[in-house]
Amino acid sequence: MNNDKKTKSTIMKSRRDFIKAASAASGIAALGGVAPMLMSKKANAAPREMTLLAWYGHGEKDIVEAFEQANNCKVKAKYYTGGDNMLALIAQSPPGTYDVVLSDAEYVLQLKEAGFVEKLNPSDYPFDDYWPEFQRFGGHWSGKELYSVALRFGFLGVSYNSENISEKEAMSYSLLWDEKLKGRVGHFDWHLPNLGCMSMYMGNPNPYDINQKKFEALTSKTMEIRSQVNGFYDYGGTFSSLKNGQIQAMCGIGDWITGVLQKDGSPVRTVIPEEGGLQWTESLCIGKNAKNHDLARKFIQYMSSPEGQVRSANMAAYPAAIVNKKAWELLAKVTPEEAKRQRMELGKDNVISDIRNGRVKYRTLPVQQSLETWNDFWLEYKNS
Amino acid sequence: MGLISNRSIFSAFFSFPPLIYQLAFFVFPLFFLLVLSFWSVKFYRVQPDFTFSNWLYIFEKGYFWKSYGWTFSLAAMTSIIASVIAFPASYYISFKLSENIKRIVLLSLIVPFFTSYLVRIYSWQVFLNDNGIINAALDYIGVGAVAMINTKLGSVIGYLTLSLPLVILLQVFSLSNIDRNLVEAAHNLKCSPLKTIFLVVIPAARVGLVLAALFCFILSFGDFVSPIYLGGATTQTLSILIIDLSKAGQQWPRAAVVAITMIVTLLATTFLALRFAYKGKS
Repeated sequence: MNNDKKTKSTIMKSRRDFIKAASAASGIAALGGVAPMLMSKKANAAPREMTLLAWYGHGEKDIVEAFEQANNCKVKAKYYTGGDNMLALIAQSPPGTYDVVLSDAEYVLQLKEAGFVEKLNPSDYPFDDYWPEFQRFGGHWSGKELYSVALRFGFLGVSYNSENISEKEAMSYSLLWDEKLKGRVGHFDWHLPNLGCMSMYMGNPNPYDINQKKFEALTSKTMEIRSQVNGFYDYGGTFSSLKNGQIQAMCGIGDWITGVLQKDGSPVRTVIPEEGGLQWTESLCIGKNAKNHDLARKFIQYMSSPEGQVRSANMAAYPAAIVNKKAWELLAKVTPEEAKRQRMELGKDNVISDIRNGRVKYRTLPVQQSLETWNDFWLEYKNS
Repeated sequence: MGLISNRSIFSAFFSFPPLIYQLAFFVFPLFFLLVLSFWSVKFYRVQPDFTFSNWLYIFEKGYFWKSYGWTFSLAAMTSIIASVIAFPASYYISFKLSENIKRIVLLSLIVPFFTSYLVRIYSWQVFLNDNGIINAALDYIGVGAVAMINTKLGSVIGYLTLSLPLVILLQVFSLSNIDRNLVEAAHNLKCSPLKTIFLVVIPAARVGLVLAALFCFILSFGDFVSPIYLGGATTQTLSILIIDLSKAGQQWPRAAVVAITMIVTLLATTFLALRFAYKGKS
């Protein structure tokens, strides 16, 4: 109960700070785009409804409220869990059902191939303000054609209970084999991040691009930790098992879960081990035949602007690193503690340095095997 | 003649809605499930087809048979445990309690159903966690922590939460209908109480006892909540497999194969159980 209050008060404090700083910075170019949007608001018109397909949290008040007010619209969100689920929801809906689709980067080209998303005009979006790594992000472009705009990212490594495990121990995936963690290792129930981390541990420079021999070595190595595993968890189960101490270590999750728990006072952390970590990247697309194409474009513009980016970095559901360099400047003013916690401080060793020094690799779909092969192994692993 | 015909129309009128309901919400979906198992999935989209590939795919997978084995044995184990635990209570309620107290006890057995099953299972987590109430108590008296959550034991506790009150109720109804003269005759003929139970009471209540165990088996066999939230999905049951298959690549046709296999298993079990229950009875 106290923790809940603490979380709420932290969020409220952040919002107040945000409003304060946003007012103070009203003259800066970063927020300049908001004023015209406010001016164009038609006070008497009924609000339009913009549909959004996304992971949980992206359509909540803390993210979309200002956009809704500025554009006299309501964002109606449909949430999914996992890329397969997202593709299925789009595939089973008539074209035009979703105006905006938030996708994990590895699924964007599949969306494009299936004709589920529109081609975008690069000049509509502030790529010049983006970190170079996210300007021509692999998987968002097909040749010179843009299909998605990067929104945020995070790293996946080893998450652990800092009361019982030291940072030094957590700096290697070998922790998962440690006898003292028997029955204390958990899995987020998705093969892609788990096997990707295992592949990093085995020294594969491209964790998802491995030949059959290496894939077999990966599966047999992974099988070795099955006896250590206490449970396979969904989103909610991962939170509660880490919070109540049932699980002491996990691989393949990151600050998107432990960051929320940390804010709540739980002694859990995530580190990128010596063997390296993975990067997840979320991006925004416009759905094919979107009924509110103009609003969808404005929404992506808003979310890629410093204000939208800062909101995204502080998202109550799960925080993440942001891709707009100018937004880092605003973040330092609005929520400096979050900028520090998420290592998004300019001029210091930060998350971009981690990408540049090769410590993290993009999470992708398997290259030399089918997704089904990886999934089949995961079912066998769960059943062993 | 006219009266009979009016009566027939009258009964047909009232039996029609349940028939329509059964057709619309049971027979038709079941038929569709069977048809779906022959369809295929192309790029996350289920498409009409006629292929046996889903059946071959599932039946060739070792993990399917392993899940099948665990699901069947955990459900069977739960039925046996529930029947054994429930019987002394049911016997006491049926034979020893006054009618008034019996009504109160029966009402108390219905009360658990007032609360959502999911909520009851979540509340078990507080007790069964390694840092939970039971382990804290064990720790206090010097016994080390016992792993209960995310184990098969956790799943069985969940299954029992779902089915035990129902098993007791069914056993009580069955035992209450036993002809008391048979029990008294056994006593008069110097049959010991224990022998009376095994030679008179249980055979006389056989149909009800088997039905109670059967209901427990059916509820446990198809349950999804307990193996996920108390079993931690560490023992994969067929219900979890259905979820995994539908999540991964939207393989609803493969999930349909698993579902049909479950239905056929339950029908076969029910047939055999009823045959055993009514064996030798007119």
